[in-house]
Amino acid sequence: MLKVRLTALILLILGAGIGWFVYSSNTDTARFPFRYGLDLAGGTHLVYQADITKVVSGDIDSAMGALRDVIERRVNIFGVSEPLVQIERSGIVGGGEHRLIVELPGVTDLNEAVKAIGETPLLEFRLAEQDGTSTTTVAYVATGLTGQFVERAQLDFATGSHASYANEPLIILNFNSEGATRFREITTDHVGEVLGIFLDGALISAPVIQEPIPNGVATISGNFTPESAKELVKNLNFGALPVPIELVSSQSVGASLGETALNQSIVAGLWGLALVALFLILWYRLPGMVAIVALLIYVAINLAIFKLIPVTLTVAGLAAFILSIGMAVDANILIFERTKEELRGGKPLNEAIHEGFKRAWLSIRDSNLSSIITGVILFWLGGTAIIKGFALVFVIGVLVSMFTAITVSRTLLMALGFGSKGESGIARFLFGTGLPGRGLS
Amino acid sequence: MWIVKHRKIFYSFSAFLLLAAVVSLLVWGLKFGIDFTGGSLLEVAYESNTPTASEVTLALQKVGINNASIRPTGDNGYLVRTPFLSPEDHSRVTDTLTLGNTRTFEEKRFDSIGPSIGSELKTRAIYAIITVLLAITLFIAFAFRKVSNPVSSWKYGLVALVALAHDVIIPTGAFAILGHFLGAEVDTLFVTALLVVLGFSVHDTIVVFDRVRENLRKNQEQNVKEPFEEVVGRSVTQTITRSINTSLTTLFVLLGLYFLGPETIRWFTLTLIIGIIAGTYSSIFLGSPLLVSWKGKEVEKKKN
Repeated sequence: MLKVRLTALILLILGAGIGWFVYSSNTDTARFPFRYGLDLAGGTHLVYQADITKVVSGDIDSAMGALRDVIERRVNIFGVSEPLVQIERSGIVGGGEHRLIVELPGVTDLNEAVKAIGETPLLEFRLAEQDGTSTTTVAYVATGLTGQFVERAQLDFATGSHASYANEPLIILNFNSEGATRFREITTDHVGEVLGIFLDGALISAPVIQEPIPNGVATISGNFTPESAKELVKNLNFGALPVPIELVSSQSVGASLGETALNQSIVAGLWGLALVALFLILWYRLPGMVAIVALLIYVAINLAIFKLIPVTLTVAGLAAFILSIGMAVDANILIFERTKEELRGGKPLNEAIHEGFKRAWLSIRDSNLSSIITGVILFWLGGTAIIKGFALVFVIGVLVSMFTAITVSRTLLMALGFGSKGESGIARFLFGTGLPGRGLS
Repeated sequence: MWIVKHRKIFYSFSAFLLLAAVVSLLVWGLKFGIDFTGGSLLEVAYESNTPTASEVTLALQKVGINNASIRPTGDNGYLVRTPFLSPEDHSRVTDTLTLGNTRTFEEKRFDSIGPSIGSELKTRAIYAIITVLLAITLFIAFAFRKVSNPVSSWKYGLVALVALAHDVIIPTGAFAILGHFLGAEVDTLFVTALLVVLGFSVHDTIVVFDRVRENLRKNQEQNVKEPFEEVVGRSVTQTITRSINTSLTTLFVLLGLYFLGPETIRWFTLTLIIGIIAGTYSSIFLGSPLLVSWKGKEVEKKKN
């Protein structure tokens, strides 16, 4: 008995500790904040479909990787905190399409976001226009030669004898036939002039044309670090955007709607919890109290898991959590009803609790299994972030509820149990139900 | 046990509801949401001087959108549903909704789903439903593999499936009615709710069947001869409080969500509420009595 009560005490302290962790780590600067999805925090969710029909099958992965990098850089320029850019394969059901998911928290202007992402990196060669006799560059004039004509780019390192040039990263461009023609014409006509190389409108290198270059190979030596050179090579190799993309689905939620949804969910959850607690006390009395404590610990563990994994909470996810609160009571109800039956069968209280739990366990296990099956299938086949968010929270909820039923509810009930000798009418009453004699056939 | 005894009344009630559901489905059909059909959904809240729905319709027609559905939402807002809008279309729509810069509004949300994603989500939903049904059938067959006397285990499974069909058809029928009169749409969330109801309901049915199984075993051990009808009746009595209480606590939280929760999941919550009520009804008043009826038929056959 002492051992059970000690365990119960430890469980209560642990539960309170978890609750404290959830409560105290709720500031903005905490290490484990709740993570809210776009429908709660406001933001834009974009799904692009990549047209990979022109990509050789072996290159698809690297093309998609390059696409993600290009878009990621675009998004970063956009100045969003914690953006998400990820590649997704739609699987057999979706016909194996290659997609790119872009999430922009806090961005609610869809058009602005789409525009920023749609702009593709651009490599241009522009001729410097010089002001009469002075060598000051006044302006650069477009030559019509762009990254579009680059067939292949590769990274090289300078091998010159001059110490300052040695091992400097170089980018070697191979133009396609049209690009080579243009490049030859430009370099032939403008020997001695500066040919500026622009990336996204910014000058990255301004070499002087020393002689006509007929073979369509250009070497760019900007002030590259090996990393930046590598990046540029990758971008150039895949053209501007490596593959054409098309916006197939978008969702934007205003911050006010998200905030309202969050507050409404919390209020709804609290009312639901209060109603359940009231019902448990009225109907089950003392065991009802135990169930409430178990339920509170259940809520605390769940919230802690949401923080630690972390689970991105959405409107549907919160609904799943609230639903799971209602369902988590089930295990307790099964145990209590069974215990009451054993009591009616004439067993002493302690034994009745023991038996009640033992017999209820099979039902608890089987019934939760069916919910887990549903949840896993939903997560697997759900397709949208909404459904996945719902399913994940739902499955976590069911698993935690099984855990709290076998640990918390059981231990607390046993700890409250009265020795068979000291059993009184009060104890039996406290373990009884609201309607005496009900259900006896 | 009164439930088993008067089972015909409960069958009739279910049959009536099922008939009503099927008729509503045939007459009105379901209204599919944009995640299945593709399309765009725009929610706006005007800051002041909210235009009438016909003004909004007219404004949309000006930019060539003729088949938009416009529904008032909140005190001063509209939910505008249109065919799929590209970002450029979207900005034309938000422009025209200012009615020539005379009104200002907040764009609360904009969902746009291309036709290809729509049909993919539809396929996914169908796959998910089929997979869940298969998995649950297998699960029931497994759970009852050891019971074969006096009713073989596959019959428990079949009865459970009948109960499940009941629990799915009734909310679907309800959505045909709600869709026709109140514009409720069948979307991925609706399907999710149905699948959750399936899991919940089968779990209710299993608890009752589990008890039947246990009582049968006990009788066998103690050599008690009890008619099957009474065993089932006793099992229902023993589990009815639990079934109702579990559903009640779940309904409590769902009612909280329905009345106080976010607008976007209101129909979803309602689907769950209807489904869980139907599921509780079927596990108490339909599942177990059906077992008895079936067994009765068997006995009659043997007599002949």
